[in-house]
Amino acid sequence: MAETKADMIDLAEEIVRDLELGTVSKWKEKTGGKAVGCMPVWSPRELLHAAGILPVGIVGGGDGIEIIKGDAYFQSYICQIPRSTIEMGLNGNLSPLDGMIFPSICDVIRNLSGMWKMLFPKTPAWYLDMPQSFDEIGVDFFTHELKRLFGEFCRVSGQNPDNDSINRSIAIYNENRSLIEELYQKRRERPWCFPVSEGYLLIRAGYQIDVKEHNKMLRSYIDLAAASDCKAIDNARVVVLGSFCEQPPLNLIRTIEKSGCYVVEDDFTLGARLIKGEISTTGDAIENLARAFIEQSREAAFIYRESEKGGELVEKVKKCNAEGVVCCAPSFCDPALLDQPMMVAAIEKASIPYTSFKYAENTGQFQVIREQAGTFADSIKLWS
Amino acid sequence: MSKPVIKESSMDLQKEMLARHFEKLAVSEENGDKCAYTFVPGNLAELLHCFDLLPVLPEINALQSAMRNKSADYIAAAEKEGHSEDVCTYVKCDLGMAKNGNIGPTGTRLPKPSVLLLSYTGCFTFMKWFEILKQEYDCPIVMLHVPYQADGKPTAEMRRYIVKQLQEKVIPVLEEVSGKKFDIDRLRQLMASSARSEDNFVKVMESAKQTPSPIDGYFGGVYYISPIFTAFRGTPEAETYYEALLAEVNDRAARKLGPLTPEGPMKEEKYRIVVEGPPNWTHFRELWKMFSDEGAVAVASTYTRVGGVYDFGFRHDPDNPLESLADYCLGCYTNLNLPTRTDMISKYVEEYQADGFLINSVKSCNSFSAGQLLILREVEQRTGVPGGFFESDLVDPRYFSAANIKNRLESYFQMIEQKRNAVSAL
Ligand code: SF4
Ligand code: SF4
Repeated sequence: MAETKADMIDLAEEIVRDLELGTVSKWKEKTGGKAVGCMPVWSPRELLHAAGILPVGIVGGGDGIEIIKGDAYFQSYICQIPRSTIEMGLNGNLSPLDGMIFPSICDVIRNLSGMWKMLFPKTPAWYLDMPQSFDEIGVDFFTHELKRLFGEFCRVSGQNPDNDSINRSIAIYNENRSLIEELYQKRRERPWCFPVSEGYLLIRAGYQIDVKEHNKMLRSYIDLAAASDCKAIDNARVVVLGSFCEQPPLNLIRTIEKSGCYVVEDDFTLGARLIKGEISTTGDAIENLARAFIEQSREAAFIYRESEKGGELVEKVKKCNAEGVVCCAPSFCDPALLDQPMMVAAIEKASIPYTSFKYAENTGQFQVIREQAGTFADSIKLWS
Repeated sequence: MSKPVIKESSMDLQKEMLARHFEKLAVSEENGDKCAYTFVPGNLAELLHCFDLLPVLPEINALQSAMRNKSADYIAAAEKEGHSEDVCTYVKCDLGMAKNGNIGPTGTRLPKPSVLLLSYTGCFTFMKWFEILKQEYDCPIVMLHVPYQADGKPTAEMRRYIVKQLQEKVIPVLEEVSGKKFDIDRLRQLMASSARSEDNFVKVMESAKQTPSPIDGYFGGVYYISPIFTAFRGTPEAETYYEALLAEVNDRAARKLGPLTPEGPMKEEKYRIVVEGPPNWTHFRELWKMFSDEGAVAVASTYTRVGGVYDFGFRHDPDNPLESLADYCLGCYTNLNLPTRTDMISKYVEEYQADGFLINSVKSCNSFSAGQLLILREVEQRTGVPGGFFESDLVDPRYFSAANIKNRLESYFQMIEQKRNAVSAL
């Protein structure tokens, strides 16, 4: 484990940029366990963990991969993440994985699940149908869906954990969620000591390492960052919205920061935070997990709730003392871009300023975004 | 001025049905009739009829707007309001239409919805679309979430989940909106009627297995699916229409005649093609002409399965009404996984003795389009017939490049010809 904060960030960045999943291979060698890739946004990592499987968050190739074959599978008007994921599948980057989960967040990920079946018939590809009926009917359906998947995970790992084991895994992930929330809370209090570019890397590193290791890493980082000597600047406090699937390049996040914004809330790593608060660790573990999804999940573009659209966003802006919203969605991302006008309507109604732009995971030019975010931050400061 | 369209008598019948339906909608508010906005795939037409709710299908309004050259302005209006250029143009066309007086295809105003019935089948955009509409209209909304057939078959759990939503959510909301009690026997009667229409519909579509095909299963097919995919399934009018249509098609088949195109009867059937993907609506006639001028007939298409896949045996079943509605929703084409879609297209190529298959990849629709290039490869490999590909959009005229598409189609048909010549030279 790295000793200093800087070392820790370097290590996290190294893990995040390692598209060959070196840490995953090492973990498999060390433990003899299996690993399963989880596409955005949410997967039942607790169940994988209980089955002795390392959940590995796969969020595309970012700006670290040259697309050679992936473009032959997708038309120009489809977002970037499926092509880089196919590229990684075809070039062997994903060979440490013993299965892939495709959650029901959009038509692209949904259809990718079928493509995976056709292109990689030896690797199980599971579609995770998340319910949209947020009531007991949904709990019942999702409990069955998760039980079915759990059976598949156990078949892959050859293990047969009992209910208590799953509850123990839930407890470990409860700790993970609580540490991540602590990190966000600290960022809200002192964003100059907990910059988004660092926190983001720390959380993303958790996509590729064992959760207990990740918990340790988060704890040390929070303590080190809290003790560090950092100076506050008069930046604008903003919430970033729309980047929950295909990820912006790291340099884009840094650009937003450098242009004068403190990102006090974001949805970059929504999957790790989708469920708010603790999940119960007593009783039927799988039903608890299903119930938590139904009762404790956050507002998200791929979730249908009857409550007023954007209500949670407005609340979040207030809670974080944010001064504006940056709508930052991937090009061609249906859920984010269809959601955006409704979110904008909600924040306009609450007189919250906003700006919006699009990106692709392999965007290399940040000048325009720097200027736009900079102007936005300046205007907030000017009028606040 | 463009040439007048040559029509079959069933088309007149259909036109009258549509006119009556839109007339009813136009006066519904005065008459105290209620209407439900809902989507084509997985539409619960029989259930809506049970409550005397008039269905309004926003996709149909959007495509009709495109055929009447109104979609460009509607889309521009929606984009001006902040809707992204990247998203489905059906949604933007519909929103633009609503902002411009909500005038329907027959020129009369559409009523505001009494209920938004979000049948969430086969496309994620549906959810966002109705969330947006919910902000426009002050009316109840009810969602029916239909799981995806990711492993190629529906499961008992999926069916149970849908039936429970119907029983505990959808039906109570429809009862409340309509003020009518749910009558399962009425539903059974309506479903029995649906099944009779479905039988005749399948016979019409399968008539294309003959050579020459008496129908065009894509361009012509969109007319044939219209009553059964929309407001009329389960009604005597639909039954009459499909009886008349079948008689007409049988007559053409007996006389060895090809399909009737807008330009007149198709002369020689040179190429039998299976088509994947929705049509382009802004240049519908022009695109059809590009096919028919070359002697290409679409013998089967996947678009004509979006509102229900009947040719693999599904029928609405009056003995198990709610379970059957669940199966219907589960089985719509875009709710099938990619391997199943690939199997289906390959089967069509073989059973309809196609010379090739073409994909119209529409920019708007990730539900159809994501993965089509892999389907293309697979079907080519499995069937040995050449696949072709062109791009357009549903209702946004900016994405229809006539010269480009014409070139592609011409070279594609030439390629089939060359292949044919090479085989006959062996
Ligand atoms: S970026 Fe958006 S459209 Fe693309 S896969 Fe992710 S959620 Fe789907
Ligand atoms: S994305 Fe496709 S299926 Fe969905 S509403 Fe648009 S055209 Fe219809």
